[in-house]
This record gives sequence, structure tokens and C-alpha cells, in this order.
Amino acid sequence: MLDRREMMKRAGVAALATGFGSSKLLALQSTTLPIGNGERPLVKYPQKRPLIGLTSRPPQLETPFSVFNEGPITANDAFFVRYHLAQVPLDIDPDKFTVEIKGKVDHPLKLSLKDLKKLPAVELVAVNQCSGNSRGFFDPRVAGGQLGNGAMGNARWRGVPLKAVLDKAGVQQGVKQVSFNGMDQPVTDKTPDFVKALDIDHARDGEVMLAYGMNGADLPVLNGFPLRLVVPGYYGTYWVKHLNEITLLDNVFDGFWMKSAYRIPDNDCHCVEPGTAPKATIPINRFTVRSFITNVIDGAKLKRGGTTLKGIAFDGGKGIKEVAVSIDGGKTWNTARLGKDLGKYSFREWQLPVKLAAGSHELRVRATNNAGDTQPNEAKWNPAGYLRNVVETVRVTAA
Amino acid sequence: MNRLFTLALLPAIAAITALSLGSLTAAPVKYKLPEETVALKPGPNLEVVKNNCTACHSVDYISTQPRGPKFKKDFWQAEVTKMIKVYGAPIDDADVPKIVDYLAATY
Repeated sequence: MLDRREMMKRAGVAALATGFGSSKLLALQSTTLPIGNGERPLVKYPQKRPLIGLTSRPPQLETPFSVFNEGPITANDAFFVRYHLAQVPLDIDPDKFTVEIKGKVDHPLKLSLKDLKKLPAVELVAVNQCSGNSRGFFDPRVAGGQLGNGAMGNARWRGVPLKAVLDKAGVQQGVKQVSFNGMDQPVTDKTPDFVKALDIDHARDGEVMLAYGMNGADLPVLNGFPLRLVVPGYYGTYWVKHLNEITLLDNVFDGFWMKSAYRIPDNDCHCVEPGTAPKATIPINRFTVRSFITNVIDGAKLKRGGTTLKGIAFDGGKGIKEVAVSIDGGKTWNTARLGKDLGKYSFREWQLPVKLAAGSHELRVRATNNAGDTQPNEAKWNPAGYLRNVVETVRVTAA
Repeated sequence: MNRLFTLALLPAIAAITALSLGSLTAAPVKYKLPEETVALKPGPNLEVVKNNCTACHSVDYISTQPRGPKFKKDFWQAEVTKMIKVYGAPIDDADVPKIVDYLAATY
């Protein structure tokens, strides 16, 4: 934590480091998201391929959308990055790292990475998606990280069920929630530390995982090395990175990041009239149903005739039942063939051969999950810019 | 000008000194973040903004926000208030209107 003088000093250094005209600056590449003020640098971080830079400090990186056409698993070096607080842990000794389980437990624990790796390991393929993914497309626009559709990714996570560790610690009677804290810290102690909480039944469902592996490798540093929480089907805000503190509570956790931030309207659609505020809110939770065309980009010029559209769909854990595709702006729909089922929390690939006559076409894709939840034709709105899942449209011309 | 800023990017000089992949015994991992890519645009009260805003976050937090007539004084007033009330930014009362004016005039 820094005092004000130290903060001013850092501000000065930051200003110097970013000073215009600095000989260190070198123009490379940029990309433009299809939103107003959408120009972004493509930035290269260690362990990452060039990604869309949203912010530098703390780092927020978006996955270029073309990556989602590479397959159902998002490579570690392409996986999006989102931090809230600028004191990011940059010097991590995995042999000294421990995660503490404390609070209302019979046996408080301090487990090393080795301890965790001795427990029976589980693997699960699950999508992680930022609550604010696609916020830049909100109309009217809202404040916050102005993301395109690239703050999501699908990985095979390896670790131990949180339940196994909680059972080892012995959860006491009357526990209501479990809070999760990571090694990242705010710049000033006036800023609320990033701590999230789950209900005890959720935390003990056997699926919530303490993950140390991602797609057969260690977690990349910026994705939470050496340990992160994986909360399948839930927005990324709960997937606490660099996780080193788990606290069992006999009350509902009331920290800022649960009580005030990451809230959605408490009504059936979790939406309000654009520009208005909700009367009551609840913590954001499961993903809405989404689907994307990944092999054709908006504005593409295609050869007329037969072509195969492909893409991905996912939801908050019921699993994808059907993907329908329209090539006439939503007038008629055809059912796509679903790809291999990697589990109900995974991206599900789909494809559909279509025939495009000469002219312009509005391609649309709409997924439905096993609970019958689907995607709206008109975008819903909420003031924080969460939950976006409108039926996506890709405009192409065939000639 | 702004275009130049967003295009600017440092070469990837940062490197990981030790990196383990899936091994049980691992060396410490030191990670170096690349330099920041965006600087504040010239404008009124630039120094005040520099001193108050850039200690906790980089300038792209400002420069990537939506633009247009609806994102002027009221928008930036709300953002600065949020930084003080919610995130505890130690900003003097007298500096608040100066910061808001800069942001509304410059972004």
C-alpha cells in the first residue's frame, strides 16, 4: 500500500514512462473494435501473443475475435486478462506460495501448491467470461471497460474441488458464505481490496475448483498463477486470481465488490429501460446464453453459392441444446449441427452449410440451452453493461 | 494526436526470467509488464489530472471511454466522484472541478 507522496511519485514516473515523444515508444499495430472510439493497440505481453490492449495498469487484454475460430479451446497465450487493482503480483515463488483456509472452520489450513497437487485432481472444460464482455456494444453506451466480444475464453482447467479442501478444514455449523481473496492489491488502502464470495452450498457443490492447471500447463501469470478459483457457468468476477485466502463466514459477505459492484437488476429480465436505474439489484451470477459465428466477419465479401458457416455457443451450465442460423435477417431459421460435447460449461462448436445468392445477407445465430433459455432479438439494457446476449448479426455480401 | 498515442506500442522487451510448465518443483516466476501505451492529451489543468489520476490507473482508463455529447461534464463528474467515494482516491475538493473540466474538454 502506498501513501499519498509515494502515489504522486508513481504518477510522475508513469507520466514520464508514457510521455509523448519518448524514444522508447514505437508504433506497431492497432485494431479497431466496431464501436465508437474503438481503436485499440495490439500489445505483446510475456506468455501472451499480441492481444487487444484495453488498459495497461492494471492490465486488461481482450482476445482478438479470430481466435475463437481456431477451435473450441482458447489457447493460454490468447486468453483474455482482466484485473481491477494495480498492485499485480509480479514475483511469485510457487514453492513458497500457500493458500489459507480460515474463519469458521475446525482446522484452519495453509496449503502449499505441493499439498494441493497431492490431492486427487479433477479436470473440467469451462468458459470464463468477463461480466462486462461486449459492454462497448451497449446502446446507450455506459461507463466501464469498453470491450468488444473478446473478454471470454474456454479452457480445460485442472485442480482440486474446493469441496475437498473445505471438507479437510471442517466447515462449522452456521456458515453462510465463503469469501475469496487473491494476491493482487489496491494502490491505496482506501480502495476496497478485490474480494468475492459464494454461498456455502455453491462453494461445496463439487464443481467449484481451485485450479492450478490450464490446458495442460501452469496458469499464465496474468490468468492467476499459481492458483485461481474456477466457478463453472459463473461470470469471471468470481474466478479470483492468485487465490491465497479463503474465509468461511457465518454472515453474508458485505465487501464492496459483492455489495455494490457487479450487481444486476433484480427482475426477470435483469434489465431496465435504457438510461434508467434499477429499483433493486442482486449479485451477477450465471452466464446468459450466447452464440457467435466465428468464420465470417461482419462486412465480409464471400463467393456466392455454397459455404459452411461455423461458430460457438455456450450458456451458464445447462448445456446447449440447439443452435439455429438465419441467412435472411431472422425470417427463416435452420438448425446447425453441433460439434463434440466437451461438457455443459464448454464452448459448443456448431456448423451449417448454407447457400448464399448474389447480394447482401444478414447472417444471424441463436442458441437455446437445455432449460429452454435462448437469446433475445433486441438487446436488453442495464446500467453496468453486463449480461449482453442479443442474437448476433453478421452482414456479408456474396458475389 | 490521439491516433499516434493509441498506435504507440513498446516492443516486447519484457521477459519472464523463469517459467515452469506443469512441473512440481518450480523456480520463482518474475513477470515484467510492458510499458504503458497512452499518455494524457494536452489540455487545461493537465498537471492536476496527472497528479491525481495516474497513480492508481493508466491513462487508457480515460481515453477508451465513450465519446460524444452525452459523455461530457456530467459523465466525467460522475466518474471523478466514483473515484473518490468508491475507490478512495485522495483528491482535494478544489481539484475536482479542474479535473472534470480537463476531461470534458479533452475527451
